[in-house]
Amino acid sequence: MIAETVKIINNAGLHTRPAATIVKLASRYKSEFFISKDGFRINGKSIIGVMTLAAENGSELHLTFDGPDEEKLAFDVIDFFKRGFDEL
Amino acid sequence: MRGLKQIIESSDNIHTGIAAAPGIVIGKAYIYRKEILNINQDVIEDVENAIVLFRESLEKSKKELLKVFSVAKDQMGEKRAAIFEAQLMILDDPFLKSSIEERIRKEKRQPESIVHDEISKYQQMMKMAHESYMKERALDIDDIKNRIVKNLQKRRWESKISNDVIVVSDHITPADTILFTKFNVKGYITVYGGLTSHAAILARSLDLPAVLGVHKITEIIKTDDNVIIDGFHGLVYVNPTEKQIEFYTNKIKHLEEINASLAELHDKPAMTTDGHEIDLYANVDVSGEVHLVITNRAKGIGLYRTEQIIEELGEFPDEDQQTKIYSNLATRLYPQPLTIRAFDIGGDKVKFLDHEEANPFLGLRGVRLLLANPKLFREQIRAVLKASINKNILFMIPMISSIHEIIDSKNLIEECKKELTAEKIQFDKNIQIGIMVEVPSAAVMAQDFAELVDFVSIGTNDLIQYIMAVDRGNDVVAYLYQEFHPAIVRTINYIVHGSKRANCKVSICGEMAADTLAIPLLVGLDLDSFSISPAVLPTAKKIIRSFSYEKAKELANDCLQLNSQEKILKRIEQFFKENNIQRTRNIL
Repeated sequence: MIAETVKIINNAGLHTRPAATIVKLASRYKSEFFISKDGFRINGKSIIGVMTLAAENGSELHLTFDGPDEEKLAFDVIDFFKRGFDEL
Repeated sequence: MRGLKQIIESSDNIHTGIAAAPGIVIGKAYIYRKEILNINQDVIEDVENAIVLFRESLEKSKKELLKVFSVAKDQMGEKRAAIFEAQLMILDDPFLKSSIEERIRKEKRQPESIVHDEISKYQQMMKMAHESYMKERALDIDDIKNRIVKNLQKRRWESKISNDVIVVSDHITPADTILFTKFNVKGYITVYGGLTSHAAILARSLDLPAVLGVHKITEIIKTDDNVIIDGFHGLVYVNPTEKQIEFYTNKIKHLEEINASLAELHDKPAMTTDGHEIDLYANVDVSGEVHLVITNRAKGIGLYRTEQIIEELGEFPDEDQQTKIYSNLATRLYPQPLTIRAFDIGGDKVKFLDHEEANPFLGLRGVRLLLANPKLFREQIRAVLKASINKNILFMIPMISSIHEIIDSKNLIEECKKELTAEKIQFDKNIQIGIMVEVPSAAVMAQDFAELVDFVSIGTNDLIQYIMAVDRGNDVVAYLYQEFHPAIVRTINYIVHGSKRANCKVSICGEMAADTLAIPLLVGLDLDSFSISPAVLPTAKKIIRSFSYEKAKELANDCLQLNSQEKILKRIEQFFKENNIQRTRNIL
């Protein structure tokens, strides 16, 4: 299992479009992917779940990846966060 | 004819709300109630059949929503239709689906109760977030929940609405607005919702009168009650008296006459009788209002309030989104100019900070917030520059109070220009940069500031608040919000002179310029252009065409000598009488 804490660095935060992109990205892999914030834990492959995270600029999310292709999945998702959802 | 004041004073059937879209309509009410869903909690026998029914309801919902999505794209544009795309993704959410199916198997209850329960859980989480857009998002998700439940109950989703009614509702969701356009709805009244809600935006872009935020109105009005909407004053009359109907029928007739006489002026310039021309521009909040700008023959858009995009989208638009919006608007207006005002966030507009400021109007707003968030500012500048390729865009910075803010903003603009040049992206290298003068310190420094920019626009709403030190939303002191206070008249005069000495064009935007009574005075104070709501533009033109610049100059000089609002108003009224100008303010 891989665990990593990421920070939201784009201005608009985790709004609907990046939420959708994360879900589409994660759905390509077999491994499980969860996001935790302030005690909530939601499945990163569920759009309605990701949409409930009101994650604004500066907030921190805890990600866990678990499964056969966890490394690739983790790399893709973490990279997307680091790129500020391509909104920098 | 009786005055509006008498009509209001003598009645107890009048309810007030926010005047969200102008116009008057008399008609039959239709109470549009979100049906309170009767959720069947019964235990079921055939679990597998229940799962099949649940899956069918998802498919049916998807089909319906695809239809709504395509209608929405046509009527509201891609951006505002995006909410339906997210709803479609939710219908495909494998985890939502499997957790619902799991619960149906385990709890053996009617699928509709499980669907309702499961989605409500997510809505609860959204409502707990402090951002207002998250709460709106929870309301939007109501649509999807109710749609699935109704399909499980095999009921048709669409309510029956009679044609030609005034819709009265608690609140209006995006899907509702699409439904209403099919039934020739004549106006809207809601309990919740402000100027930037879906209902308000839709009403304005369809030219329908609307009064929103009317307390408990759905409990007061019944279907088929007679109703009058006065969208100019935010008034709703329930089962109006004969006198009220007569009053408003006359008003409607009068409005039609005015519109007809104004239409004759369409192709004539806003020129005084002695040939002094004033450029009339339009203020625009949402892109849906652009057709009004064009039909009312404005010289262009003098104020495009970009913060409204955030309200409309429910999130910050990124650089590409902004580029698209600005380019579309500039192309539709071409060759007429589009003045884009940078995000004026803070104050009472769009919450940005998590914490509450003790004095938001004296806090982080306008250019202060932009400079504190250079990434946000930079994205907007780059988008504005990219859209400026046809050279018909001007860029304006709000809330300037010191010279450093101008210098820092201009430096940032220069940096962005360099970046774009390096990226080989074309833009208008000589794009005009202007500032809003709406803070007393900027008024005092007008000439120095004007020397650094291409144009100055006086924002009267804030200027009056700051000069008079009065919160006009505060009923106790609202009487001090005086557009014709001598300090305001003299300050405007001072700003105009300072800017002109710096060879800078000066315009005025804000409600004062739309007050028919203020127009001759502002012409006499030598403003080059007015930017006003597109709906009042023809009226303003008519007034400007009915007096001479020479007389207006005299009026302004006299008013600059007077020491109270009462005296100034008296002098202005005398001007209207002497020049035999009909005051439409009395009619509206």
